[in-house]
Amino acid sequence: MRSFLPKLFSRRQVLRSLGGVASVAGAAALGLGQGSKPAPQGEAGGHSGHYMGAADPKQMGHGNNLTVGAVDHQANGFDPLRLLVDWDYGKVSTLPSGQTLREYEFVAQEKEIEIAPGVFFPAWTYNGRVPGPTIRCTEGDRIRVRFTNSSSHPHTIHFHGIHPAEMDGTPLPGNGGLVQPGQSFTYEFTAEPFGCHLYHCHSLSLKRHIHKGMYGAFVVDPKGGRPPAREFVMVMNAFDTNFDGGNEVYAVNSVAFEYARRAIPLKLGELVRIYLINVLEFDLINTFHLHANMFDYYDHGTTLEPTLRRVDTISQVQGQRGIVEFRYKFPGMYMFHPHVSEFTELGWMGHFNVVRPEDFAQALQSVGLDAAWDQKSLQGSTVPWKGGEQA
Amino acid sequence: MSVERNTTPANKGGFGWALALVPLLLLGLVLAYLVTTGGGLRELAGPPLEKVTIQRITLPEPGVIKVEVVNDGPQAVTIPQVLVDEAYWEFSAEPSTTIPRLGRATFTIPYPWVAEEAHAVTLITRLGTTFEGEIPAAVQTPSLDAGLFWRFGLVGLYVGVVPVVLGMLWYPWMRRLGRRAMSFVLSLTVGLLVYLAVGTWLDAQEFAAELPAFWQGIPAVILVALIALGVLVATGSHRPGASGERSPLSLAYQIALGIGLHNLGEGLAIGAAFSAGEAALGTFLVLGFTLHNITEGVGIVAPIVRQNPGLKHFALLALLAGGPAILGTWIGGFAFNPVLATLFLAVGVGAILQVVWEVGRLVAKDSARLELPTLNWVNLGGFVAGVAVMYLTAFMVKF
Repeated sequence: MRSFLPKLFSRRQVLRSLGGVASVAGAAALGLGQGSKPAPQGEAGGHSGHYMGAADPKQMGHGNNLTVGAVDHQANGFDPLRLLVDWDYGKVSTLPSGQTLREYEFVAQEKEIEIAPGVFFPAWTYNGRVPGPTIRCTEGDRIRVRFTNSSSHPHTIHFHGIHPAEMDGTPLPGNGGLVQPGQSFTYEFTAEPFGCHLYHCHSLSLKRHIHKGMYGAFVVDPKGGRPPAREFVMVMNAFDTNFDGGNEVYAVNSVAFEYARRAIPLKLGELVRIYLINVLEFDLINTFHLHANMFDYYDHGTTLEPTLRRVDTISQVQGQRGIVEFRYKFPGMYMFHPHVSEFTELGWMGHFNVVRPEDFAQALQSVGLDAAWDQKSLQGSTVPWKGGEQA
Repeated sequence: MSVERNTTPANKGGFGWALALVPLLLLGLVLAYLVTTGGGLRELAGPPLEKVTIQRITLPEPGVIKVEVVNDGPQAVTIPQVLVDEAYWEFSAEPSTTIPRLGRATFTIPYPWVAEEAHAVTLITRLGTTFEGEIPAAVQTPSLDAGLFWRFGLVGLYVGVVPVVLGMLWYPWMRRLGRRAMSFVLSLTVGLLVYLAVGTWLDAQEFAAELPAFWQGIPAVILVALIALGVLVATGSHRPGASGERSPLSLAYQIALGIGLHNLGEGLAIGAAFSAGEAALGTFLVLGFTLHNITEGVGIVAPIVRQNPGLKHFALLALLAGGPAILGTWIGGFAFNPVLATLFLAVGVGAILQVVWEVGRLVAKDSARLELPTLNWVNLGGFVAGVAVMYLTAFMVKF
């Protein structure tokens, strides 16, 4: 009389204590293909086979909300920690008018990237990385991006900001149009207004072209600069690995839990500035929550005064972005994550490792970073601060 | 190969035997060619297809989830990450996260599951494909201990042995029945057997549908049932001495065997359900099964009303028909195996069909003696009554 079982299970509000549809399906003592050949271990970048947690479940406690293993950043071509401070200033020259010209080469490429240990995503990328290069310039600079499509689908680059219609990078012919495989197009415009912006592909279907990885940060510094700070770019993204219209992996800068494993080093009391961009697809909003602290928030980064003061959680709709500024009062390890627990548990969670200055070198080293990273994070801006005091 | 040459097989024996190997050797060559060169079909290779079946999820102790996975896809599958309730969770995999085709792996996840609440386990493959297993209401999986073993045995006793014995106690009353009434009782037996055949068939199909694809569960059920039927009919008709007709006692044993296999399946399902959540099935369901199965006893003794075989045979018949329920409950509760369950049920279908045929012949013979057509109102009434009793008592066990 097996037929009564599934119905019984579907009525668990009445029959509370039944459990395990799959346990009813039961164990198949198949014995096929077992023992005949040991299953290959340690393939895919040397991170299968060795798992955290003891073999004795009793010693594992309740385990942890983390992925198992480590991502091969070298094969990926980008390390999320280095990506935080990887500002791309372009090839800089001065136009006869005296305007600064920044020239970029962007190539659309298809690339399989490892977004969680052992989980590979067939990404569409700008320059082989997700997110694409972080364009950093000053308000009023001339931006020239030569875009070549080396992939098998038509793409565009649509920049947020103020620019002429023909540089808008949409499929409309008057807006730059689609750049077909093998073809090139040069986007050129003057960067305005200052702020924390983004660019992304605007080909159809839009959802797919964005969630496949075609997006990046576009940071425009104000002419007077911003107060000196340790700066990071954080692109909040996610991946629909089974293409069911919902994301399986959430992250900042693509790799699930990377900053949870390798905490971002900060110095006690220093000003920290995050260029925070939400490129999530499928989910309506993303949020940012900082532990044991409050921050100022500049929505879109288009103002010099905060649009929100002393908050610890902000939300961003799809495509929204802003600047987060804070200092830590106490040393220690602090979580940051969206206050959307689902996204947090699906990979978008990290730690700041706040240390006293004398311990900073050690904090850098423990996550595989060096003085060059420190320098890049402190000297990201294209404009020196002219506002005086603000340590 | 001319016929003439075959008239002198002695001197060609060794050579002829070798001839049988020629196609096999050529087959080996073709396979080797295909494996090494791809046979010019590389271009046809599609994207990799990842497919696994979650066979069983158990909760061996608080804070631990175990997931047993079978790879029934066309190629090896790697499962690098595991999610519980949409959260990536640390885990360990035995023997490996890479499962060869037809291979198995057990994932142990230290997760604080909440009693009586629902959880979902998701396996994510190398390419991001997801496979989900449900825990509709979490209850710790019982481990094999003496107390539970005894209780499961008791359940099997109530569900199988008790109703069969009780049903058989109608025997003295049945012996006083006239030919017509006895014909009614035999038809009733056919009715309840047909009901059991249908039910067993559907149960077998349900198990079969959940088996990993390579078992080809649904056709396997059909074929096993047919083979079982064939074997039973063949052994029956080869009995020496009899004029192609079974002795009533041997027919009773056949019925008991068919019903026993059915009750084994019933026990399996009950045991599996109990192991998933003891409290829920409670006494009400056991009571229902007791009532539902009581007519089985009537069916077993119906062929032997005219010659009392003695107490020993009654005891054996009751054990053969009811005992498997106890066995089934133990297996289902402690070592459930859907492949064997499907196999038993399929054999049960064949066995029951065979006794439907045999008892049907008895009914036909009785009707002939009464000079009535086989399908007379008495027989039809008995048949309908048999089906109806089974159907209506099943209300207590179907949810």
